Parts: sequence; structure tokens; C-alpha cells
Amino acid sequence: MNPTRKRRLTVVLLVLAAAVVAIGLTVFALQQNMNYLFTPSQVQSGEAGQYKTFRLGGMVKAGSIQRAADSLKVTFTVIDASGAMPVEYNGILPDLFRDNQSVIATGRMDNARFMATEVLAKHDETYMPKELKDAMAKAHQGKTINEAAAQDKPR
Amino acid sequence: MTPELGQLALILALLLALAQGVLPLLGAWRGNGALMAVARPAAAGQAVFVALAFGVLSWAFLHFDFSVRYVADNSNLALPWYYRLAAVWGAHEGSLLLWIFILNLWTVALAALSHKLPDVFVARVLGVLGLIAVGFIAFILFTSNPFERLLPMPPDGGDLNPVLQDPGMTFHPPVLYMGYVGFSVAFAFSIAALLGGELEQAWVRWARPWTNVAWGFLSAGIVAGSWWAYAELGWGGWWFWDPVENASFMPWLVGAALIHAQAVTEKRGALRAWTILLSIFAFSLSLLGTFLVRSGVLTSVHAFASDPKRGLFILCFLAVVVGGSLLLYALRAPKVAGGKPFGVVSRETAILIGNLMLTVAAAMVLLGTLFPLLGDALNLGKISVGPPYFGFLFTLLMIPIVLLLPFGPYLRWGEKGGLPPLKNVAVRAGIAALACAIAAAFTTGWALKAIAGTAAAVWCCVGTLLYVLKRWREMPAGRRYPAEMAGMLLAHFGVGVFLAGVLLTEALSVERDVRMAPGQVQTIGGYDFRFDGVHVADGPNWQGDQGTVTVMRDDREIAVMHPQKRTYTRGQVQTESAIDAGVTRDLYVALGEPMDRNDPEGAWALRLYHKPFVRWIWAGGLLMMLGGFFSAADKRFRLRREATEKLPASAQESHA
Repeated sequence: MNPTRKRRLTVVLLVLAAAVVAIGLTVFALQQNMNYLFTPSQVQSGEAGQYKTFRLGGMVKAGSIQRAADSLKVTFTVIDASGAMPVEYNGILPDLFRDNQSVIATGRMDNARFMATEVLAKHDETYMPKELKDAMAKAHQGKTINEAAAQDKPR
Repeated sequence: MTPELGQLALILALLLALAQGVLPLLGAWRGNGALMAVARPAAAGQAVFVALAFGVLSWAFLHFDFSVRYVADNSNLALPWYYRLAAVWGAHEGSLLLWIFILNLWTVALAALSHKLPDVFVARVLGVLGLIAVGFIAFILFTSNPFERLLPMPPDGGDLNPVLQDPGMTFHPPVLYMGYVGFSVAFAFSIAALLGGELEQAWVRWARPWTNVAWGFLSAGIVAGSWWAYAELGWGGWWFWDPVENASFMPWLVGAALIHAQAVTEKRGALRAWTILLSIFAFSLSLLGTFLVRSGVLTSVHAFASDPKRGLFILCFLAVVVGGSLLLYALRAPKVAGGKPFGVVSRETAILIGNLMLTVAAAMVLLGTLFPLLGDALNLGKISVGPPYFGFLFTLLMIPIVLLLPFGPYLRWGEKGGLPPLKNVAVRAGIAALACAIAAAFTTGWALKAIAGTAAAVWCCVGTLLYVLKRWREMPAGRRYPAEMAGMLLAHFGVGVFLAGVLLTEALSVERDVRMAPGQVQTIGGYDFRFDGVHVADGPNWQGDQGTVTVMRDDREIAVMHPQKRTYTRGQVQTESAIDAGVTRDLYVALGEPMDRNDPEGAWALRLYHKPFVRWIWAGGLLMMLGGFFSAADKRFRLRREATEKLPASAQESHA
């Protein structure tokens, strides 16, 4: 092999190695940080079983918000049309968190209870995330979703 | 009647944009001077009519014209005038009007400042900008008309989203758009160069100051957005790797690569095709940003209610722009690698590595941002990609840049064998970084991020300062720091400041959510926060609870802070945090919620944060912005004609 070819081969090999490392790291990082979104009925039918942490999306059941008297612990129930899931959270809830509001909580299951580490409600009171709407529609095809939660139109 | 005038002005602007987009390009193709001369007057006329439309909408807001749906939706009688003005771009329709208005500002500035450039070239650049304007004005007129009437007229309007009622938000969108839209100028230059086959260096020199200014504005816009999120969203973070933030960050990354690649192309003729490709990417990512923010396809903390039809229009527009320009690129891009050769240890190599890292970072952010869409399309379920993905990969990708950064100014174009001075720099900056890292290790109790942050920041800053010192010693007064170099040094120094801010904040922040009864004291980061209870406070268009928190250190009063919980006229609740800002630390207090709804005077949930060095993050960003502006002001860019004439050989080849 002459020197030019040798140099080119080195360059090609280096580029290949760099690409492999880059792709490997990206795939690794993606796998570590992918969070799936499930609704309560999907969780109850066992779809979320294989994931340690996931996101729970749905509506806050009216009258289910309960605060502890001496700490920041708060419990509430997230529902979709056919399922309900008790959620426990320790911290301050977002401004738009209230009854019948659509929320997405990140966390993990602990027995039959969802321990949330983060709770998101949206900037805009009529806004419902598209993915949540889709997930809820998928979770109970043919059934109607609460009108208040389903509206997703410009103000 | 007046709103219809605005509508009419927009239609006229669309016609003028068509004239500006089509005729000069035809003229340039056919060599018809009369057609090319249409470009400037058409651009000016279009700007006048768009400004008129913008003025009409502002007037409607200032005069409570609730018969206009957009005004009725986004303002009410109680909204103060400055927020009514800001409400012009507070929602979708108006922000697009702002987009096109800013595009017109750029176009007019270019038309006014380009008299020294060849007429054919100017005609092509203005033509391309005209075509972009056609796309956006058509978008406004057909899918999101801000002048649509609402009948019957309501007695009072809705409200501007409360999170937008903040001084930071009034100037964040215009500045950000200045950056987004500014990349359209670099894009137009590249397309014009491809169309004309002018692939020599000359056009790059003309494009450089515009790209630098656009990038400077984009930096400022991102800083403003980050600061707003910190102050207004109420949980004290400054960056969330949220889709909407990523949308502004991707063009910034590619833009940073672009301004460096342009320097190489201008000075050495190398990387020409790459420079053109980057300017196409920078503008496409700006368009993608508009699409992501406005279509609502991704779940974001910044997402607002949206309309799928609009998303489809932008998507088609995006396809035409990206597809068209890449096709043109494939047909016309320089086939042969040009430019002067360069050695392994040269400035070109360093810039190339930096470019590679920045573009790969942009691609990585793009992948993470669009992955939920991808997963949806492939039926993998509803996925989101967590912030650690971005944080982990971005840090890895930036390490080479940080390591190379101090050497940049020392490296010479093209040459081999600049090793001895580099060794000196490495040794000095390395010793400084090591010493400060050890000091940081002892003062912060071995917080790893703080040590890394200090070392990286000192490495960048000392390396840059060493070069400042070298120039000071070796060059005669007046020629030490040409604006272009001063800009580069400022921006590189800014990177160091930014690194210090990010890593020290991450490492040393104390964030605590606590339940506090009036009179109770919490100690955080050496400060005593005493909660003095909550009382009622009212603003022009909101009612609220205002807390009082007294901060003391060693029994000395540092600050009295007043966080608020506001309820706006339409019932939206908004947390206003109270921040005591400082050079080395911020104290941040936000009201959570009353523990008992019926007793708002009693105990509350509070967020108490101690955030060291958080201001440095934005200071670093602002230094980078200044860097962009300074570089653009270099005299070299203004003496264009003379400079071109001094390079007859290469310039004439290009026209042949």
C-alpha cells in the first residue's frame, strides 16, 4: 500500500470509528431517557408493566385532590374514560393544576399507586397536549371523552 | 373600517412581494437591467404596506377594537397599554405579522446598504427574500388573518396569556425573530451565489456581517427567553431542553458553525460548499422552529392551542424551501474541492472540528426533538425524550470545542508548525485552570460539576486573555484589536463565563419546596428566609396574594421579597416569583399554594432557592451577542468594492 492510500484508509477508519461511537452513544442516551405516555386504563391493563418510569396522562378527578396537613404531600386521582389511578406527589403543583384539568405526571408505580416526581399542567387552560388526546382516544376507542378535556382549539 | 385597511395593506404587500420575488430573478437571468431595478422599490413598497398593517393592528389594540377577533382574544379593557402593544405579537397571527415585518426590516436594510455590490447579485438576493416574503404573507392571509372580524362585537375582550404579561416577554419575540429572520439574509446570499455560479470568496465577505448580526440577535433572543422562563414560569430553571427551546437553539448552533465556516471561506476559499449548505440549514431550522412552535405537534411547556391547518402550510413551505434549495445545491454547488490547502495544525482544522461538533450537536438536538414524532409515525407509542439525553450528549460534544477554544486565535491560517506558542498557552492556561479547580474543590466540598466548571471557564477565559495580552504587547496602538478580532475574543470569553455560570449553578444550587407558617424561618445556602405571611394585593388587571419573605444573613437584613400569586380577570392563575439578583448569587422565592384554601393568611407552600452564579449564564450569552455585533462592525466589511478590486484574479474568474 502506498502512503497516500494508507493515509486515506486511516482517515476512513477513523471516521467510521467516530460514527460508530457517536451512534452507539446516541442510542444509549435515547434508550435511557425515553419516556412512554400511558393513560390510567392502559396502566391497569398492564401495558406499562415493563417500564420502570413512565408518564401518566389523564384528567384530574373532581374532588380527588387531598393535601397532607403538615407536609407538601398531595394525593389525587387521574382518570380517563374507563380507568382511574391514584397519584402521590411531594411538592408544589403547577398553577393550572385543578379539578378536571388535563395533566401529565412523570414517575413510577409503587404497588397500585403512582409516585410522581414531576407534574405538568399547561400554560393555556384550553390546551390539551396532542399526544395525550391521542393516547386517550386510543385507550378507549368508540367511547366519548369528557368534552371539557377534549377541546383543543384556538382560543 | 380601519382593520380592513390593514387587510388591504397586506394584500398589496403580497403583490409587491410577488413582484420583488419574480421580476428581479427573471431580470438577473435574462440580463435585463430594468427588471432587476424593480427589486429595491418593490422591497421598499412592501415594507411600507407591511408596516402599515402592523400599525393598524397596534392601533386596534391600543383603542380596544374588540370587533377584531385577534384583539378581542388577546386583550381587555383592564390590560395596561404596554402589554396591549406587546399583545400585538402575543399570539399566533400577530407574531407572524411581526415575523414578516422583521423580514422587511432586514430586506430594506440590505437594499439600502448594498449599493456597492454588483446589481445582478443584489437583484438575486432581494428576489430570494421576496419569495420568502410571498410565502409568509400568503400564510398570514390564507390561514391566520389577524384582521378577522368578530361579530357581534363583545363588550370586553379576553386576556393576553398571563405568562406573557412580563417585561421580558415584550422584547423576547422581536429579538428572537430578528435572529431567526436574519438567517434568511445569509440564505438569500447563498442561493444568489448558487444561481449566479459565484462561488468565489467575494460574496461570502458580503454575507458575513449580516450573518454575524443575525446570530447576535438570536443569542440575545435565546438569553431573553431563558431569563423569562427563569423568572416567569415559577420554578427557577433556565433551560429545559423543551421542544420550543430546542427550536431556537438548533439554528443558533448551526449559525455558530456558519459564522466560523464563512470566515474560512472568505479568507482561504476553502469549505465553500459547506458554507452554502450551512446557511441553507440555518434558515431551514429557523423555519422548522416556527413550525414546531406554531403547529403544536409536540408537547411543550411553551405550547399553546394551535391549528393543524397552519402546521400543514408551514410544513409544505418548509418542504419547498428545503427541497428547492437542496436541489439547487446539488445541481450548482462547486464540484471540486477548492481553496488553499491547509496543514493538520492550522486554524482551518480547528474551525472544522468546531463545525463538526456544532452541527452534530444540532443534529442530536433535532433527533431528540423530533423523536416523539418519529415514534408516533412508527407506532412505537407515545414517547418523550428526557432532558438527560440532551445534557449528556451535548456535554460530550462540547468538550473538544472547549479544549480547542483558547488556541483558536493563535493558530495561523493554512500553516503547519505553529506548535511552540500553543504549548505556552496550553501550559499557562492549564496551570491557571488547575489551580482554580483545586481552589474550587476545597471551597465547594468536592462538587464535581463545580470543579469542572471552574476549570473549563478559567481555561477558556485565561486562554483568551493571554491572546489579548499578546496583541497588546506586540502590536502598535490602534491596530491591536480590529473589530472582527475583538468580536471573536469577546464571544470566546463569553463561552468561558457561560460555562462557569452553567456548571456552578448546576452544582451549587439549593432548591427547596417547603411548607411555612407565618414567622417560620428556613435556612438555605447560609441565608435565613423568614416567612412573614401573605396579604391581598391588586394590580391593574389582576387580584392576588402577595407574600413577604425577609432574608437575613448573620442577623443582617439582606432583602425583603414579595412573591405573588395572581389571578387574572379571566381566572388564569400566575405565579410571580421574587428574585434578589446578585453577581455571585440569586435568591429566588415563589409562592406555591395555601395549605388551606380557606385560610390564605396561614401557612403556604413556598419554593426557596439559592442559585449561585446563575446570572453568569446570561452574561456569557450577552457577551457572545456582543461578539457577533462587534465582528459585523469591522471596517473590512464596509470597504467592499475596493477590496474586491484588489483581488482581480480570483474575482474575475468567478464572473467568467
